[in-house]
Amino acid sequence: MARFIHSFVFFLALAWAIPGLAAPAQAQAADDDLRAAINQLAQGGFSQTAKQIQALAATGDDRVVPALQALLAGKLYFKKAGKQVFIIEQASGGYALTDPLTGESAGTLARGAVKKIRVNNRLRRELKAALGSLTLLSKVASVRMKAAEAVFKSQDPDSLEALDAALAKETDDGVKKAMQEARAAVLLKTDAPEADKLAALAAMEARGDRDALSIVIATAAQAEGALKAKAEKTATSIRQTLELWGAAQNVWYGLSLGSVLLLAAIGLAITFGVMGVINMAHGEMVMIGAYVTFMVQEVIRTSMPGLFDYSLLIAVPLAFLVAGAVGIAVERCIIRFLYGRPLETLLATWGLSLALQQTVRTIFGPTNREVGAPEFMSGAFEIGHLTITYNRLWIIVFSLVVLFSLMAVLKKTPLGLQMRAVTQNRRMAGAMGIRTNWVDAVTFGLGSGIAGIAGVALSQIDNVSPNLGQTYIIDSFMVVVFGGVGNLWGTLVGAMTLGVANKFLEPYAGAVLGKVLVLVFIILFIQKRPRGLFALKGRAIES
Amino acid sequence: MMTMKFIQGGFDRRAVIFLGLLFLIAAVVSFLNLAMEPGSTFHISSYTVALLGKYLCYALLALSVDLVWGFCGVLSLGHAAFFALGGYAMGMYLMRQIGTRGVYGDPILPDFMVFLNWKELPWFWYGFDQFWFAALMVLAVPGVLAFVFGWFAFRSRVTGVYLSIITQALTFALMLAFFRNDMGFGGNNGLTDFKDILGFDVQADSTRVGLLLASAAALAIGFIICKALVNSKFGKVLIAVRDAESRTRFLGYRPENYKLLVWTLSAMMAGVAGALYVPQVGIINPSEFTPANSIEAVIWVAVGGRGTLVGATIGAVLVNFGKTLFTGILPEFWLFALGGLFIAVTLFLPKGIMGAIDGYMAKRKAGKDSGPAAQPQEGD
Amino acid sequence: MSTSKSSILYLENVNVSFDGFRALNNLSLTVKPGEMRAIIGPNGAGKTTMMDVITGKTRPDNGRVLFDETVNLTRMDEAEIASLGIGRKFQKPTVFENHTVWDNLLLALKAGRRTWDTLFYSMSAKDKQEIEDILEIIRLGHLRDETSANLSHGQKQWLEIGMLLAQDPKLLLVDEPVAGMTDAETEETARLLRDIAQRHSVVVVEHDMAFVRDLDVQVTVLHEGSAIAEGTLDYVSADERVIEVYLGR
Repeated sequence: MARFIHSFVFFLALAWAIPGLAAPAQAQAADDDLRAAINQLAQGGFSQTAKQIQALAATGDDRVVPALQALLAGKLYFKKAGKQVFIIEQASGGYALTDPLTGESAGTLARGAVKKIRVNNRLRRELKAALGSLTLLSKVASVRMKAAEAVFKSQDPDSLEALDAALAKETDDGVKKAMQEARAAVLLKTDAPEADKLAALAAMEARGDRDALSIVIATAAQAEGALKAKAEKTATSIRQTLELWGAAQNVWYGLSLGSVLLLAAIGLAITFGVMGVINMAHGEMVMIGAYVTFMVQEVIRTSMPGLFDYSLLIAVPLAFLVAGAVGIAVERCIIRFLYGRPLETLLATWGLSLALQQTVRTIFGPTNREVGAPEFMSGAFEIGHLTITYNRLWIIVFSLVVLFSLMAVLKKTPLGLQMRAVTQNRRMAGAMGIRTNWVDAVTFGLGSGIAGIAGVALSQIDNVSPNLGQTYIIDSFMVVVFGGVGNLWGTLVGAMTLGVANKFLEPYAGAVLGKVLVLVFIILFIQKRPRGLFALKGRAIES
Repeated sequence: MMTMKFIQGGFDRRAVIFLGLLFLIAAVVSFLNLAMEPGSTFHISSYTVALLGKYLCYALLALSVDLVWGFCGVLSLGHAAFFALGGYAMGMYLMRQIGTRGVYGDPILPDFMVFLNWKELPWFWYGFDQFWFAALMVLAVPGVLAFVFGWFAFRSRVTGVYLSIITQALTFALMLAFFRNDMGFGGNNGLTDFKDILGFDVQADSTRVGLLLASAAALAIGFIICKALVNSKFGKVLIAVRDAESRTRFLGYRPENYKLLVWTLSAMMAGVAGALYVPQVGIINPSEFTPANSIEAVIWVAVGGRGTLVGATIGAVLVNFGKTLFTGILPEFWLFALGGLFIAVTLFLPKGIMGAIDGYMAKRKAGKDSGPAAQPQEGD
Repeated sequence: MSTSKSSILYLENVNVSFDGFRALNNLSLTVKPGEMRAIIGPNGAGKTTMMDVITGKTRPDNGRVLFDETVNLTRMDEAEIASLGIGRKFQKPTVFENHTVWDNLLLALKAGRRTWDTLFYSMSAKDKQEIEDILEIIRLGHLRDETSANLSHGQKQWLEIGMLLAQDPKLLLVDEPVAGMTDAETEETARLLRDIAQRHSVVVVEHDMAFVRDLDVQVTVLHEGSAIAEGTLDYVSADERVIEVYLGR
C-alpha cells in the first residue's frame, strides 16, 4: 500500500517537473539577438546591468526568464574568456554549466574560469519587476497562471505592483482568480488596512487548500482583534473543507485499492467460491499475467515500437490464454486428484506456487522488471482538490468490466450453466450428459485466466517480480471470505469495503498497522459470520 | 495420582522406542562433540551439534502441528507465529543479558533502542532480564494468543479451510507488525548478537551441547504429553471431533472446548520450540512469522505422516536435512524440491512415511492372521 | 420413566424459514413421557428440520419447544440439549469411522463430557459391563475391536442405535432407522426399537410404512411443515388430506 502512495507522489512530482523542463526545450531555435542581449548582462556595472534587465523585459519573450531567475538566485555566471553567460550549478571539481536559453548542458568548468554577475538590492527589485511583468503579462495563459501561483507561494511584497498591473489587463477568469488569490496572500503579509486583509481572508477561504490554510494560520498568529478572530474562523473553515476533501481522496484511494483487490480476487471467487478449490498458487497466476505483459512490451519495444500504446490491449487476451492454459494444466495434473480434500489441495497448490515462483525467478531473474505505461494510462486530472490519475481510473473501470463480463458468462452462456450445474450437483450433472471433468478443467482455467488478466492491470501499479503474487494471495482470500463464498456481488462489496477501510485506517494507524487492523477485523468478522457478508442460507450449505 | 496414570498412558511400545532413540542420539552426539579431539575422525563439530539442535526444535514444532492437525483436524497455517513469539520472548531475555557489552554499551537499553533514540525501556520489556520470567512468557504469550484466537474461532465454529486461512492471516498480521521499528522488537533486523544464556556463553561448545540436550528433553516431554493425550479418552474424543464434529455435539461433547485446549497446548509447545531455537541460531527476526514457514511445518508433518506424532518429528528432521543438503549444493533448486515435495506427498503419499509403514505392517499382519485388515480410513 | 408430567416433548407453533422457504409452518406436537411416536410425511415435509430444532442445530424463528414441560430448548445448543437427555440418530448413519465399535460406544457412554473428565478417565467395571450389555443388544459383540468404517450399512445403523442406548437419554430421536436395510434387518430393528421404547420416550421418523405398522404406535403426518393428522396408522391412512399429499390414491 505504501508503495502505491509512494509511486503516486512520485508521479505527481513528475507531472510538475515535466512542463518546467519542456519550456526551455521548446526554445531550441535559439534566437541570436536574445542570446546577445543575455550576454550583455556580463558587461559594465550595476546601472548598465539594470538597463540590460529592462531591455530584456521589454522583449516580452519568456525565454529569457530562466536567465533572469538565475541572476536573481546568484547562479548566473560568465566565462572569463569570451564573456559568454551561463547558468551554473555546483558540481564536483567546479561548476556545471547550462545554456541560459536552451537549458542544455554546456559541460563543466573550473571555478577560476567563470565569474559571477553581481547584483545589489536595487537590481533585485528590478529583476523581480521584470520577471513579474514577463511572466504575469505573458501572452500564454498557462505561463501567467504559473506566475500567479509562484507569487502565491512566495508572497513577495515586491511583486504586488506587477500583480496589480497584470490584474488590470487580465481577461482569463481562471488566471484572474489565481492572481486575486496571490494578491490576497501578498496583502496578508504586508501592513495593508484591516478591511483589505479581511477581504483577503475571504479569498483564502474560497481557495481552501493547504497553502491557504498555512497563510491564514500565519496571519492569525500575528494579527490582533477582529482580524485575528476572523483569521481563526477562516482557518477552522478551511480545515473542515480540507478534511472533507481528504475524506474524498481517501475514498478514491480506497476504491482504487479495492479495484486491485477485486481484480486479484475475482479469479479466486471462481476457483475457491464456485469450485471450492483452495488454490494457493492463484497469486502466481497473477504474476504470470504480469510477466506476459512484460514479454509483450519487450517484443514490441524491439520489433514494432509503434504498437506500444496497444501493448496492454495485446497483453490482456494473451495473459488470459497463458494463465488459463497453466490453470488447466494444473487442474488436470494435480487438483483433479484432490477434489473433496481441501486441506491437501491447499498444500499441493502451495507447493506449486513455490515451484512457479522459482521457475520465473530462474528465467527472468529475481529483480523487478520494468513494465511501461501507455499514453492513455499516464497523467492525471483534478476534480476540486481531488487528484485522479488515469491509470487508477482505468484499473477501476477495467476491474468492473471483468467482473460484469464474468457474471454474464456465468449467467448467460451454456458454459456458465454447465459450471453452475456441476458445482451444485456433480452426479446429477454427469447423469445429464455434462462432461464434468471437462467443465472442471475449463472452470479452473477460467479462474486462472482472469487472474492472468489481473496481472496485466497490476503490472501498471506494482513491481513485476516473482513475489508479486504473494503480495495479493492473502488479501484475495480475505476478500472472498469476507464477501461470502460463491457470490460475485459479495466479492465486489468485500473488495471495495476492505480497500476503503484500509485507506481510512492508514492516516491514523499507518500503512502497516492499518493493514493489521483490517486483518484483525476480518478475523473477528469471520468469527461472527463464518460464511461472509453475502452468505448462502438454508439446506444447501449443510452438506 | 491421576496425572501419573495419565502420563503412563503415553508410554506405548512405539513411544518407548522413539524416546530411547532420541536420547541415544543426543547423548552420542554430545559425547562425540565434547570428549573427542577436534582432529579425531569421531569428532562431531559444533556446527553439527547446533544443526541437530535446530532440527529437534523443528521436530517439536512439527509435533505441535501434528497434535492439532492430525488429531483435531485443525490445519494451522499460523504455527510460525507461536514459534516466533516464543523465540522473541527468549530473544528478549538474551538481549537483556548483553548489558553493557553492546555496541552502544547501554546497561539497560538494547542497541537498537539506543539507535532509535529511545530513552526508556518499553513496559513490555520489563522483567525479561529474569530467566524465569522469560521462560514463563515463552509459554504464556503464545498460549494466551492461541487461547483468545481459538476461543473466538472455535466457538463460532469456523472450521476447515476458513480456519486455515485466518490462521495464516494471523501470522501475516503479526509479521507486518513486527517489521515495524516502533513495535519495539528491533524491526527488520530483529534481535541478535546474543552473548550469554544463564551466564553461559551462547557460542561455547558446552553451551551448544547443553542446548541440544535441552531441545531433546523438550521434544521428549512434548512427545510424552501428546502421546498421553491422544491415548486417553480425551484423545478418542479429539479424533471423533476431527472425523465428525457435529456428531460429537449430539453426544453432548463440546468440540470447541476440546479444540481450544489442544490448540492452546500446541501453541505453547511451538513457543517452547521457538525459544530453544533462537539461542541455537543466534537470531530472531520477523521473517520467522512468514506464512511460508507455517506451511513448511505442515509439510514436515505430511511427509512424516499426519496423526502419528513420531512421523511428524521424523518428517521435520528429514525435510530439514534435505534442505540443508540442497541449499548447500544446489540452492536455486531447493524451492523446486520443496514445491515438488508438497505436491508429491499429497498426491502419492497421503498418509506420509509412518502411514505407509503402518499400512505395510497391517498388510503383513493381515496376511499372517488372514483376518480382516484394519484399514485406517482417511477422513476430514 | 413414569412421571406425572403430561409431556416429555412439547412443540407449539414452531416456525423455521430458510431464505423465504418455510420449512416448518406453525408446527405443534406433543409427545407423552414413555410414548413412542412415529412421524411420517413426504420429502420436504420438515421432518429433519423438526429434529434439528429439537436438538438445537437449527434455531426456530418463533414458537415454543419444551422438554420435560419446563426446559426451553430454543435457547440451548446441541451439547447442552444432548446432556439434558435427548439422543439423536441421524438419517445417514454417522458413527466415528476411525474408532472401533467399542470406542464408539465408550464415547457415547453416559459419563462426564468435559475435557477434564475425559483426560483423566479410566474405565470402571460398571462401564465395561454396560458396554458389554449394549454390544449384546445390538449383536455386534464379535466385532467389538473392528474399526467401524468396516461395518456394513446395517451394522452401522445398529451401532448408532447402540450409541443412543449408551447415552441412556430420556428421549430418543430416530431418523429413518431402517433406510437401506434388508427386510430381516428391518424387522429386527423394529423389535429393538419397541424394546427400547419400554424404557424411553422415542420419536421415529420413517418412510417405510410396513415398519411403521410393525411399530404399532401413534402416528403424526407432516406436510409442508405442519402436522396435518395424528392418530393410529389406520386412522391417519383414512384421512383425505393424508391420502392426497402422501399416500396417493
